[in-house]
Amino acid sequence: MSTTTPEPSLEQHFEDVIARDQRIEPRDWMPDGYRKTLIRQVAQHAHSEIIGMQPEANWITRAPSLRRKAILLAKVQDEAGHGLYLYSAAETLGADRTELTENLIESRQKYSSIFNYPTLGFADVGVIGWLVDGAAICNQVPLCRSSFGPYARGMVRICKEESFHQRQGYELLMTMMGGTEDQRRMVQDATNRWWWPSLMMFGPPDHNSPNTAQSMAWKIKRHTNDELRQRFVDMTVPQAEALGVTLPDPELRWNDERGHYDFGEIDWAEFTQVIAGNGPCNTQRLAQRRRAHEDGAWVRDAAAAYAAKHAAKHAGKHAGDR
Amino acid sequence: MAEHREIRAGWPLFEVFVRSKRGLNHVHVGSLRAADAEMALRHARDLYTRRNEGVSIWVVKSSDIAASSPDEKDPFFAPSADKVYRHPTFYDIPEHVPHM
Repeated sequence: MSTTTPEPSLEQHFEDVIARDQRIEPRDWMPDGYRKTLIRQVAQHAHSEIIGMQPEANWITRAPSLRRKAILLAKVQDEAGHGLYLYSAAETLGADRTELTENLIESRQKYSSIFNYPTLGFADVGVIGWLVDGAAICNQVPLCRSSFGPYARGMVRICKEESFHQRQGYELLMTMMGGTEDQRRMVQDATNRWWWPSLMMFGPPDHNSPNTAQSMAWKIKRHTNDELRQRFVDMTVPQAEALGVTLPDPELRWNDERGHYDFGEIDWAEFTQVIAGNGPCNTQRLAQRRRAHEDGAWVRDAAAAYAAKHAAKHAGKHAGDR
Repeated sequence: MAEHREIRAGWPLFEVFVRSKRGLNHVHVGSLRAADAEMALRHARDLYTRRNEGVSIWVVKSSDIAASSPDEKDPFFAPSADKVYRHPTFYDIPEHVPHM
């Protein structure tokens, strides 16, 4: 045994893969903190998709036309799908799906603050597609290059589908804006209520976001919360103008020097309250999720019993063949 | 409760592979939980092919997959790195020889 160069440590190898901008895959060695951070983020993201079905599902039975109903059904089904892609990614990190669901309904893990606001009218469905899904797209496009392979691949799939979500919302709003005075008022009212919560979706400001620096070093996140928020504002202002609605911020104006729109101070006290469980709909959302889980228990049990019975019958038949 | 646990544990994880169109291989797209293979296929259709992404689906219990260690320094893949003569560029052929 002569002078072989010493093997780089597992940690060094991990760091090298990240530095080369390659992807970490499930069976690779990874630091505990990386795994923990990802499970937290991916689970939270999955929970958001699942809870996110509720505000819009509220309007499925009352959609004003068959066309709108079919679109809304497809969209809510997509949200369920997005949740499942993400639970699938979380499982590659060693998380257990049943446990993740329990963590959600026992409030041990969080979901996006945005879904704790009520959908008061049908215009809210359009504004959610335009602003909430628009903000989600801003957040999620850079996550397609996230350093963890299964998460990044899930995001690619999700982003492809989000584009339909945003466009159906904007089209819905354009239709309403071309309608009656009452309809235009509904669109403006929904915009007023959803604008600020949409800006909060990007999370706390950078100086108050404890996980950002490490997540960026690990290339889990590619941009800071404030960078993404600014990008969203810059993208959205011309869309609001084209639609003919006013964004409810008197301080919103173009800043030539920065090359960006300036905007007013976000009410972080409200954000903290909603995250802490005291938003308008937190209790209702979790109760609904818990009810769906508990009411579905007999279906899960019956399916498992059926599968076990058939597996046993099958095994018996093969034994008999011999 | 213990029995409940057992039933829950009875929903195995399946890996899903989709052939996006005729002429292409099945490609791994993700996983899902299902009571049995038949249910896994139905769920895979609803989950992974809502927009014509597939013409054929395979589902395989994750526990039935044998996998190599993913680390690229793994000696498992070493034999393929040191046989340069397996590549056409290893051989010098004069320029004037056509169709080589």
